[in-house]
Amino acid sequence: MADKPVTIAQKRLLDVKLAELPTWMTSCDFTPNGILSAMRRGHDRYYNKYINVKKGGIGGISMLLAGYVILSYIWEYDHIKHDRWRKYH
Amino acid sequence: MKRGEMVFIKEDTICMCCNFKEIFYVVLAIHFFDFRIRAASAFKGSSALGAGVLHASRSLHTSQQSLAPLPPLPEKGGKVRYGLIPEEFFQFLYPKTGVTGPYMLGTGLLTYLLSKEIYVINHETVAAASIGIIIIYGIKKYGPSVAAFIDKLNEEKVAKAQEVKDTAMKCLDQAVQNEKKEQWRVDGRHMLFDAKRNNVAMLLEINFRERLHMVTNEVKKRLDYQIDVQNLKKRMEQEHMINWVEKNVVRSITPQQEKESIAKCISDLKILAKATQARATV
Repeated sequence: MADKPVTIAQKRLLDVKLAELPTWMTSCDFTPNGILSAMRRGHDRYYNKYINVKKGGIGGISMLLAGYVILSYIWEYDHIKHDRWRKYH
Repeated sequence: MKRGEMVFIKEDTICMCCNFKEIFYVVLAIHFFDFRIRAASAFKGSSALGAGVLHASRSLHTSQQSLAPLPPLPEKGGKVRYGLIPEEFFQFLYPKTGVTGPYMLGTGLLTYLLSKEIYVINHETVAAASIGIIIIYGIKKYGPSVAAFIDKLNEEKVAKAQEVKDTAMKCLDQAVQNEKKEQWRVDGRHMLFDAKRNNVAMLLEINFRERLHMVTNEVKKRLDYQIDVQNLKKRMEQEHMINWVEKNVVRSITPQQEKESIAKCISDLKILAKATQARATV
């Protein structure tokens, strides 16, 4: 399905094959500008898909909130560890 | 690293350190979630439901060719199942696992998290469950009406903008029609020029006749003057001649002649009187 040869750097992550992964990693743009633009791109994609529509649903913000909940659980895990019911799993 | 433990994902690297099949799915799941978490937590959720927010994210005139008019907003957002999981995930797993694949994945994931106590059940779980129930109940009950209300607000805004646009369009249409009418009027300019030409011709004619009139009057006056002068001359000559003749005649009658003529007249009168007297007595 390779219609035209696309350079590795331009491929999106889901299209990168496992073998090409290190090459893809090195071709990433890790300058502050690059990181900022990557964040801006991600934000734009999410925003335009779920929020910037005529009839948005609950999914738009609920996914953000769920993500926040999960992230805060991950950050607090070291503290929550002590509430575990069993010592050995 | 213990077996079964996972290194959480940094950047986009996938480090797998165990070979349970479900771990593979779990890693995939976390990969997806991590991507979304990264993107979502990078910025605060800075928008409300609906499309009332400034379209800062849509590309402004970054390229030479700007898409004017802007394409309209999509009607519905990306589909999300159960309010939490995008539909693309289900479609992604459908070819390999069918319809129940993601649900089995979810069940396995939950079991794993609970059994290994990666998700710990404590007082927070109870709190989360209660709040979750209330939230879901609220959304199910009042969601549609709130959505309808917000849609109505949006409709009003759009209707106002549309009205402005319609008014502007109408005005411009009217202006175009007026312009066309003016252009049509231009086609009649030859009639206008004919009328003007007629006016000018008439003015010239009037002027010409006025001057003709004036010339005639002046010439008549001059000729009348000449006639009067001639008449006067003739009259004066006549009178002068008569006077001169009278004067000469009167001068020529000498006193002598005057006495003789008077005596003759008296004698003539006497004779006449005698004749008449004689005739009267007879």
